Amino acid sequence: MNCAIYARRRVVNQIFLWLSTAAAAIGIIALVLILYALLTNGVAGLSAKVFTMDTPAPGSVGGLANAIAGSLTMSVIAVFIGAPIGMLAGTYLAEYGRHSWLAFIIRFVNDILLSAPSIIIGLFVYQLLVLRMHHFSAWAGIAALSIIVIPVVVRTTENMLLLVPNTLREAAASIGAPRAVSIRAVTWRAARAGIVTGVLLAIARISGETAPLLFTAFGNQFSSHDLNAPMASLPGVIFNFANSAYDDWHRLAWAGALLITAAVLTLSIIARLLESRQR
Amino acid sequence: MLDLALSENIAALPTRDAALKRFGRRDARFRLLTLAAALLVVAIFLGIMVSLVTGALPALKAFGWGFLASSVWNPVTEKFGAFAAIYGTVVSAFLAMIIAVPLGIGIAIFLTELCPRALKRPIGIAIELLAGIPSIIYGIWGLFVFAPYFQVHVERGLIQVFGNIPYLQDLFAGPPYGIGMFTAALILSIMVLPFISAVTRDVFETVPHLLKEAAYGLGCTTWEVMWRIVLPFARSGVVGGAMLALGRALGETMAVTFVIGNAHHINESLLAPATTISATIANEFSEALGDRYVSSLIALGLILFAVTFVVLAVAQIMLKSLERRSGGKSA
Repeated sequence: MNCAIYARRRVVNQIFLWLSTAAAAIGIIALVLILYALLTNGVAGLSAKVFTMDTPAPGSVGGLANAIAGSLTMSVIAVFIGAPIGMLAGTYLAEYGRHSWLAFIIRFVNDILLSAPSIIIGLFVYQLLVLRMHHFSAWAGIAALSIIVIPVVVRTTENMLLLVPNTLREAAASIGAPRAVSIRAVTWRAARAGIVTGVLLAIARISGETAPLLFTAFGNQFSSHDLNAPMASLPGVIFNFANSAYDDWHRLAWAGALLITAAVLTLSIIARLLESRQR
Repeated sequence: MLDLALSENIAALPTRDAALKRFGRRDARFRLLTLAAALLVVAIFLGIMVSLVTGALPALKAFGWGFLASSVWNPVTEKFGAFAAIYGTVVSAFLAMIIAVPLGIGIAIFLTELCPRALKRPIGIAIELLAGIPSIIYGIWGLFVFAPYFQVHVERGLIQVFGNIPYLQDLFAGPPYGIGMFTAALILSIMVLPFISAVTRDVFETVPHLLKEAAYGLGCTTWEVMWRIVLPFARSGVVGGAMLALGRALGETMAVTFVIGNAHHINESLLAPATTISATIANEFSEALGDRYVSSLIALGLILFAVTFVVLAVAQIMLKSLERRSGGKSA
């Protein structure tokens, strides 16, 4: 028996367990630091003007109204386009495809799209729409955002539908419900909270997306309701203003960052609550 | 929806056969609709590939394979090469992984083995919230808060400490800019940390308790159980999670664009400004004049897409193989 070995093993164990705890501490400290900076700088930049006035020229008074409106418009339309497509595709994978090779390929491609760099999607939409239309437009931004929505919704819809017990499907079939009816009336309904979770996560994801909007929706200094014209977005304005040299622009960028983070975190917390109820 | 199907008066149809046929047709139509949506996903993917390749062709024709090797990036003379951007992308992502992988595994160990039960959920959620924060927030925080602090308090120290050590003095040379490769890598590592720790924690939890208990029974310490039993068992899952994070790090745009400095040259020093593929595209695309310039930027995008595709595909395969082994548990 060698006591030195025992002692060494104990020490090694202690060291690594401390290191693990330190790693968790680092992660939490990072989150706290980011939220703290957002709160202090963002609240300082917030005022009623942020919501009522358009983005200013440097040195003049202004707000983020056009950017907020633009982000909301584009996100809402993108979700209305992307979420149904994603739901249907997820339904195919969970209900019809399951183990077929086609479903395997679609699942694989979807998971790649889920993590693919969003700027690539911007390039794609630029080539597909902006080049053809010869100008930047809100529609192009919407297209880019809905392409980001689809894989998120596909993944969660499929996962949630797979959680629905097969006995429910069998029960529906046994009372003579055709497949389509049983899917819509039984499995969708049983997985509703989970599917809503997916949509919320998708909204959270696109409300912070900047890269795919830079050269699709481009940005606009003024309020615009024309979907064929360039449209301002909150992340786009943050990008431009933060990279500028003006203090008042920086303050607005922080205010916008706080708004986006608050929205995204609220959405993901609601999604998490819904998801735990589903499971 | 059910109401829709049943509200029609089926009894009014002439025969039972007609009613069944109608249901059959609707069934087929719904199936086709879902199939079409699923195929659209593949179509988008193929569309991205085709559009990138066609968009990149002019540049690839003009520069050939030299495009990959050259680090000249001159919009005035219309000479473009991807090497500086590729170098920056790979090095920043690689550095980020060196920092984030051990941290992420540490967090997973903490969450599965050490954390008091009451804190498990809140801490897990806090770490996952990090994943939800949009990348532009990391960017603005990196630019205004982290980089200035880092410049004054850390980079100067690094330059002094490593100033006289061969090799390392080249890595940490030059004036402390605050923004540069190292700062970008640190911000990236914070960003991808939650991806690694979430996947790793999930695969750690699939390790059978019997295995762990057997090891404890033999007298192993907690660390030995983690290192010798849990990690080897969960290896492909951990690698898959790390690859997933690497895919993110390679393609990350906004967080990096703010803090890397956007300099199209290769510098030995990690403290010097550099650029990445995504940062170059984000900064220059909407201002690019001339077909060759635009095409070169798209060619950069094509390279990025190809690289992330390979990395993410490997990640999928690793994670799928683990899923199959642990009995088809959906991750």
